[in-house]
Amino acid sequence: MKENLRKERIERPVRARSNDIYALMSWQEMWFLLFPRIVPIVGIALLAYLLPLYWQKVVITTCIFAMLATSWDFLSSCGMLSLGQALFFGIGSYIAGSLNHYFHIPIYLTIPVATLGGGLLSTLLLLPVIRLRGIYFAMITLILPLMIMRVIEATRIFGGTEGITGLSPFPNIWVEITFIMAAMWTTLFGLRRFIASDYGLIFVSIRDNDRATMASGINIYAFKAQALFIGSSICAFCGAFMTHSYMFTGMPVFAMEFSILPIAASAIGGIGTLAGPLVGACILLPLSEILREFGTLRIVFYGLILVLCVVALPEGIFHYASRKYNEIERWVRIE
Amino acid sequence: MAILEVKGITKSFGGVKALDNVSVSVEENTLLGIIGPNGSGKTTLANIITGFVKPDSGSVIFKGKELIGSTPYAIANLGIGRAFQMVKPFFHLPAFKNIIVPLSSKRVKASTTGGYGDKDAIALDVLEEVGFERDSSVPYKTASVLPHGYLKRLELARLIALKSDIFILDELFSGLSIAEVTSIIPIIEKILQEGKTIIMIEHRLKELFRIADNVIVLNYGQKIKEGKPQEILEDEEVKKAYLGVEV
Repeated sequence: MKENLRKERIERPVRARSNDIYALMSWQEMWFLLFPRIVPIVGIALLAYLLPLYWQKVVITTCIFAMLATSWDFLSSCGMLSLGQALFFGIGSYIAGSLNHYFHIPIYLTIPVATLGGGLLSTLLLLPVIRLRGIYFAMITLILPLMIMRVIEATRIFGGTEGITGLSPFPNIWVEITFIMAAMWTTLFGLRRFIASDYGLIFVSIRDNDRATMASGINIYAFKAQALFIGSSICAFCGAFMTHSYMFTGMPVFAMEFSILPIAASAIGGIGTLAGPLVGACILLPLSEILREFGTLRIVFYGLILVLCVVALPEGIFHYASRKYNEIERWVRIE
Repeated sequence: MAILEVKGITKSFGGVKALDNVSVSVEENTLLGIIGPNGSGKTTLANIITGFVKPDSGSVIFKGKELIGSTPYAIANLGIGRAFQMVKPFFHLPAFKNIIVPLSSKRVKASTTGGYGDKDAIALDVLEEVGFERDSSVPYKTASVLPHGYLKRLELARLIALKSDIFILDELFSGLSIAEVTSIIPIIEKILQEGKTIIMIEHRLKELFRIADNVIVLNYGQKIKEGKPQEILEDEEVKKAYLGVEV
């Protein structure tokens, strides 16, 4: 007779032991927590410092897209579906570029100003539509960067179609790499900690049920505005950083790829984890560089791998990996 | 004195009059039941009182304050708590973290003295009050895996945590077994004993009439009857609206 079996998942004992302060009980528990964090940090750092210059630039771009994807996931965790990371990215880029070009403000000031100013400007721009939900909010964020792009083209402000060139670069590549990696890890761990706090969980509650959050006496629009500021500031930082990295800003910073790639990275990596989108970006960006050898067929292979990932692991790589890492699966007999 | 005064509320959706000149007066520390067939405007009335829907005309006075035009969160902070008919908790959060949300509201912050209390401990206390076994794993489970009965209790816990003066419970008993309803009724009676006011929209008349002080009956957006449960039970017009029998 064939037995009826069911797969059961239970938490690994070491995970329970490494909860909270108990992690300090032994090296095994500490290592359990540190391993998944230290390996990517050290791994990416090693790659960034040891690879030749061309691939160093790839690492920088990857980090930038990883931050865009993390910020997209943060906004979606707060119930705001954004199709316009390019809007925030472009605003940050143009602020940094214009300040540097027209007012000769040094790089160590343009980046912070563009980060905060870009976040503020993006938030003010979207404040009138903050009441919209889901796809309606997404449509507005999708169309805004395209509109701004055409306005720049038509009015020829900020260099028009030519853009602004000859901006100050970073002192050297090492500073550049260290800076962007520090920013990326700060963003990731900062946001993860923030969203797990008592204050941060209100953002998640707005995504789950905004009416019940309102009925709990929470002004959801104030919270949404804060989330928008945090999310768009991160993107604006990326824009400002890339502007100085390439010493150029222009209409391409509002391009669709800055909106779409972060979403693809999140879908592959695992939505709702913040770390997943980073993993996704670390796969997609280098992959796209490797596929350059195939010329025109690049997009075909790229799309194929994307489809395979989504079909094989619809929950996302990070969800899958964290489940395998934290839980044991075993077969139990059904009573 | 009436704690909540609803006067001449009219609301149309397109050509349909959901509410037609409805007035209700709720006395403090009583339980008011609102009954009526499907589509009679019960939930719309709750939506108007809690600020989710704006009426075409009429006014809602709570403790001498006009509520029409206020936002839902402002009304919640004034002390009107609302439990929804469709239970949709914060699915991604553990049950006790669901309660942190109302604990973070202005109303609770203003009423809590002595700095930062441990919100988790308060949340667990509130959950225990509505029947979550404290020493079990239930309060720590993600809301998405909790059974329906617990989700209804979670809605109630949200209002208790908010320290609401008025509890508006929209079909709290729907989808619950008789045993479950019997175990929730003492919680409701305890809330009443604490001096709170309750408005229950309900289809489970038998259970409602056991605990209600007053009942109003809505039909096609009009208030057709108001009185003690016993009077309502014997009223011919109510029987007709409810059962569709010709008398």
